[in-house]
Amino acid sequence: MSLTVFFTAIVSAMLINNVILMQFLGICPFLGVSKKSKSAIGMSGAVLFVMVIASFVTYTLYDLVLYEYNIPYISTIAFILVIASLVQFVEMVMKRYSQSLYKSLGIYLPLITTNCAILGVSEANITAIWGESVPYLDGVFQAVSTSIGTGLGFGLVIFAFSSIREKLEANNVPKAWKGVPVSLVVAGIMSLAFFGLTGII
Amino acid sequence: MTKKENFLKGLIKENPIFVFLLGMCPALAVTSTFETALGMGILVIFVLTGSNFVVSLVRKYIPHEIRTPSYIVIIATFVTIVEMITEAYTYDLYIALGIFIPLIVVNCLILGRAESFASKNKVIDSVIDGIGMALGFTIALITIGVLRELLATGTIQYGVYLPFFVEEPISLIKLFPKKFGLTMFSLPPGAFIALGIILAISQFRKVRNAEKKAKEKKAFIEQKKKEALERKRQAKMQKAGDNK
Repeated sequence: MSLTVFFTAIVSAMLINNVILMQFLGICPFLGVSKKSKSAIGMSGAVLFVMVIASFVTYTLYDLVLYEYNIPYISTIAFILVIASLVQFVEMVMKRYSQSLYKSLGIYLPLITTNCAILGVSEANITAIWGESVPYLDGVFQAVSTSIGTGLGFGLVIFAFSSIREKLEANNVPKAWKGVPVSLVVAGIMSLAFFGLTGII
Repeated sequence: MTKKENFLKGLIKENPIFVFLLGMCPALAVTSTFETALGMGILVIFVLTGSNFVVSLVRKYIPHEIRTPSYIVIIATFVTIVEMITEAYTYDLYIALGIFIPLIVVNCLILGRAESFASKNKVIDSVIDGIGMALGFTIALITIGVLRELLATGTIQYGVYLPFFVEEPISLIKLFPKKFGLTMFSLPPGAFIALGIILAISQFRKVRNAEKKAKEKKAFIEQKKKEALERKRQAKMQKAGDNK
């Protein structure tokens, strides 16, 4: 548990192994809610929030329950159930205690259950961090740091992409490329740019 | 809708990737080669057929409020089965697909079919729909995979990840030697650009058809207008003749 671990995990998850452009997780919201930069910010806030809680809970569940009772093969079913109920729970708590947060993030929460970035990060944490057989506390710290970095990277890319898309709307794109095709090419060019960050750690 | 129409609709007309943009994550992530795309397609065929079958079987017993969690559990069960089988028999494919095997659970295509088709239709129809939709998904994945592998290496390999029917890896198509390939297309940026090109082609066809139809409609309306005018004039002339 040190700051070096924290910042290394954040930079590598946010910039080098970017969740959207390098690992292709969460493409549906990336294409779906990126038409306006305001909704992109709302979505990435909700994703960051749920992702941090989900990776903490799933890591704990795997280490202290599933592995302990020798049923790790059931992890996919357990994780998706935990994430689905967690999203519902977060929505309920938010509605009760913070109306303003609920108003800005609330409509994106139901979409998050089927966002593969959340389940993807939880599964990746197990293979990458738990597989190294570190002690529980260190592992959880690393998993949470990675998920913060991943959420930030998701927000960064989806915000930049939505800003580009808003500009693209005003331009005269050929009919065949209008909409998703040209956005995908833009995403490809952004991905090329992120490739340049590969060696910074 | 007949059974044949039900089966064929998923292939082209309602293709999940090219038309509805469902399940885009695997479409980008596992299509760097033809074989991984084919492997992913086979897994999805199995999972979607199985989940549609079970969802349709128990559709009358699941309360409406908790249907989504129940469908997710059913899908996750099939995904776990598939994951174990893949790990046991084709370990290389299991490593190559990696995290995207458990992520079949959150593939919008599968939950979407359970919600919109299998929960309302009979068992046999649901199974046919599942096979058709999953085949459409596989065809789309293979199209992207073939394009990317051809552009990146110039050859289509078979037998590296799926060691069935062949003793050792063979190349199915050989266009040009590897040193002339565009390596970018096997990397993440190439995935976005290749899918963008394919979607643009399908959109081009759609736009052209729509324009053609609009033109025909316009010509038809003009024709009718002309005929009406002609009739009016004749009637007028007749009237003038009668008055004389």
